[in-house]
Amino acid sequence: MPGPIQSVERAAAILRVIGGAGRPLALAELAAALDLPRPTVHGLVQTLRAEGLVDQDRTTAHYRLGGGLRTLASGWDRHDLRASAMNWADALAGSTGCAVYLAVPEGAVAGIVHHVFRPDGSPQTLRTNTEHPLHATAWGKCLLAFAPVSTPGPRELELRRYTGRTASTVAMLEAHLATARQRGLATDVGEFEPGAGGAAVPLRSGGGLTVAALGIAAPTEELFGGGGQPRPALADQLRAAGREISALLAAR
Amino acid sequence: MRGASTERVVAAIDQGTTSTRCLLFTRTGRMLAVAQREHRQHYPEPGRVEHDAEEIWRNVARVVPEALRRAGLGPENLVALGIANQRETTVIWNRHTGVPLARAVTWQDTRTGPIVADLVADGLAGLYDSTSGFGPATYFAGPRLRWLLDHVPGARAGAEAGDVLFGTMESWLIWRLTGGVHVTDVTNASRTMLMDLRTLEWSPRLLEALDVPERMLPEIRSNAEVYGVCREVLPGVPVAGALGDQQAALVGQTCFAPGEVKCTYGTGAFLLKNTGSRIAGSAQGLIPTVGYLVGKEPVYALEGSIAVTGSLVQWFRDSLGMIGSAAQIETLAMTVPDNGGCYVVPAFSGLYAPHWRPGARGVIVGLTGYITRGHLARAVLEATAWQTRDVVDAMNAESGIPVTRLKVDGGMTADHLLMQYVADVLDVPVERPLGSEAVSLGAAYVAGLAVGHWSELEVLRSNWHRAATWRPDMPAERRERERENWGRAVARSYDWVR
Repeated sequence: MPGPIQSVERAAAILRVIGGAGRPLALAELAAALDLPRPTVHGLVQTLRAEGLVDQDRTTAHYRLGGGLRTLASGWDRHDLRASAMNWADALAGSTGCAVYLAVPEGAVAGIVHHVFRPDGSPQTLRTNTEHPLHATAWGKCLLAFAPVSTPGPRELELRRYTGRTASTVAMLEAHLATARQRGLATDVGEFEPGAGGAAVPLRSGGGLTVAALGIAAPTEELFGGGGQPRPALADQLRAAGREISALLAAR
Repeated sequence: MRGASTERVVAAIDQGTTSTRCLLFTRTGRMLAVAQREHRQHYPEPGRVEHDAEEIWRNVARVVPEALRRAGLGPENLVALGIANQRETTVIWNRHTGVPLARAVTWQDTRTGPIVADLVADGLAGLYDSTSGFGPATYFAGPRLRWLLDHVPGARAGAEAGDVLFGTMESWLIWRLTGGVHVTDVTNASRTMLMDLRTLEWSPRLLEALDVPERMLPEIRSNAEVYGVCREVLPGVPVAGALGDQQAALVGQTCFAPGEVKCTYGTGAFLLKNTGSRIAGSAQGLIPTVGYLVGKEPVYALEGSIAVTGSLVQWFRDSLGMIGSAAQIETLAMTVPDNGGCYVVPAFSGLYAPHWRPGARGVIVGLTGYITRGHLARAVLEATAWQTRDVVDAMNAESGIPVTRLKVDGGMTADHLLMQYVADVLDVPVERPLGSEAVSLGAAYVAGLAVGHWSELEVLRSNWHRAATWRPDMPAERRERERENWGRAVARSYDWVR
């Protein structure tokens, strides 16, 4: 095994120096504190800046700790996610005629962060802050498939059978997740409630990390064509909205 | 998103306080594209806020083609153009050169205090109240026009000679777009303090009291008619609608029946209630105004404004550093089940409707060692809900017909905890429509109506889709107890400035 990697050590030292200074620091001060050439420190600190771990003041060009550090331990703030996704979620509901959900991993369940009604005037109840099973909903399976680090493994889940179609064995769930990874999109064909369907794509922040699932919900016969494939027009709209929101998240 | 080349769309210009935007809407009210440019805020002295009308015009000339490009459409796809604008912002320009004589004096600007005080001292408050619908205040455009006439070299002589024209922002943009059509609409005119709210014409007595030459004023028109055809930016496209921004949101939210209410939550909040053909009383700081005029009969509205709502959350973020983003206040507030007995009254520059206490200043009350950041976050959000309740109570008292549901729009509708609390304290359902662009949509609607793209107001209701409903879910005794506590907190903010 090789020894410590020097550039990682130096990057950590830069964060400690900035964090300990109590005020924004100039490049020259950083270089002096670390006893390194300015170009070396510049390369390191600009990389940290691109990762969101360091911010640079636009007028003074001094460096301070970045907003990305806040989200390191806790993940994304769910309400920041909602605020970033809201306009595209509305547009997605408008263009597909489906209800829209935004879900994040929350221990052994998917937590609903945002819900847009199906725009058909029918009476509906807001599901924000409710919990959905990971193995039986499109957004839950999307999180299992694309955010394996922040969700339990299939063997750790209680695979309750909600309908005859629920993936209630580990093998069945593994097969669903493999299909989801291959399609880049997870589905629920009446697996939580009979006749109710869903499809969901991952929302990725900077570095490609999946932080949430964006889903659409509608009766299964509206959402799926023959062979359980989601209708291409709907899947395209869903993927496009997912790309737009991910681009916003990556830019934050 | 790209539209088919046969698509028929309506363009809306939203000329706001900080930026100018162009949005394109389909017949079903779906937004196809948006383009936006910010303009500079000029602060020449404390209390003065100005905009460069020429810069705003240049921004219009940029955002309109940009929105078309984003939608993959051309001017041939546009059936009409409508305008919604920041209200009460005042500009004067030379009729022959088209050049503004000074920067526009904006609605936040308070330099007209002495002019307004003189009107009151001269015993004219009653005349204004009975004619324009409200007493003299620095809030409105008329005193700003008077200030410009008094202070800008050549303004008064030019106005009397017919060489200098007055307008609010929609007048200015229509004049530039059409190459010289000088009109305003009834909603913007109703915010000048110069129009008779009954006749919808300039009032000679009010003009005389403010010493404003009538020949510099634009012609007052309805909200939905072809004012002229664009010569610039979109040659050949009719300019067919204009509304003040809050009235535009009333139309965009399809509040077409008496009693329907919308609230737009931004840095401040604006409630408008449709009062039909009735001009409401102006008691308790509520302002009767024209809601819209589409066709022959005007629809009036009662307006209540709240100065500090979203800006309190910004203060909590930027000045106190309690949160990293506005949205995170919901996360912080959810760390506790209630406010812990703590209340924040954000009377940063006095209290507006319905208290109308200029000498009030903000207070935080109920502090104990138990109170955490989470309780403060709750109290900050609850302040917006209770201020809404105060205005709704005043509106209910004015007409005796209670508000039965509230349609909401604006940035703060992203905060579900707040919207639930608004529903809880009002004890009525709160509804958010799909798409948050009620202001621009209203401008598009009136322009489309004028050219027959839509046949009548009522058909627009089918474009309004409910995206969320928050239903009241608070025991009545708790609501009463909290309301009483809020009232006691408000009373403690009074008369701080001596």
